[in-house]
Amino acid sequence: MVKSNDLILRTMTVLIAFILFGFSVYLFLAGHNAPGGGFIGGLMTSAAILLMYMAYGYEAVNKVLPINYRSLISIGLLVAVLTGVGSFVFGQPFLSQTFDYFYLPILGKTELATALLFDVGVYLTVIGVTLTIILSISEDR
Amino acid sequence: MNDVLNIVTIICILVITISITLLLYRVVKGPTNPDRAVALDAIGINLMAAAGLVAILLPTTRLNDVILLIGILLFIGTIALAKYLEKGVIIDRDHD
Repeated sequence: MVKSNDLILRTMTVLIAFILFGFSVYLFLAGHNAPGGGFIGGLMTSAAILLMYMAYGYEAVNKVLPINYRSLISIGLLVAVLTGVGSFVFGQPFLSQTFDYFYLPILGKTELATALLFDVGVYLTVIGVTLTIILSISEDR
Repeated sequence: MNDVLNIVTIICILVITISITLLLYRVVKGPTNPDRAVALDAIGINLMAAAGLVAILLPTTRLNDVILLIGILLFIGTIALAKYLEKGVIIDRDHD
């Protein structure tokens, strides 16, 4: 197979993948009060990883991001279930949630909700499912 | 003042609709596949403009994420189409 010279695509990928990761983290954290959330944040992260796969090829990205996306699915589901089970510790029904205000160093007064932990589970599961589907389809033998 | 803004926005939406229609003609009729890819890319850009104009029309800021999102997905989709047309594979593997 002839080695291709994708200089423009690879240089743009270095820049754009960072913007995509930043935008996905923004969407993930904005999901409480604005459009966004775990699902679309996970889709954006997998879009960034997919862009890196398209620009650099399978083996190079696997060396940079040695993540088994199938195990990411089970980790995400485990996080989501554990946030539901965690409400039993406080004598509450399954999947009940709470929030409180904290003073963080830079952000000041911030509302931290336990729904964010459930969203982390959704985020990891969406990344795992999307990239598992795409990478197993692209396996051409 | 608000009426002028509404009228101008509606006129812009109509112009973008005409533009998307002409691009759809190119998608259907286009002799080669790269023609269709470029036309679909331009349709996506027009959709970004339409989302921005709709955000002006119903005064809201909730659509700003959608505009950025369409741009990103359009970029990735166009790169995937271009790689397919150029090489026949979208994700390279060097296992031979």
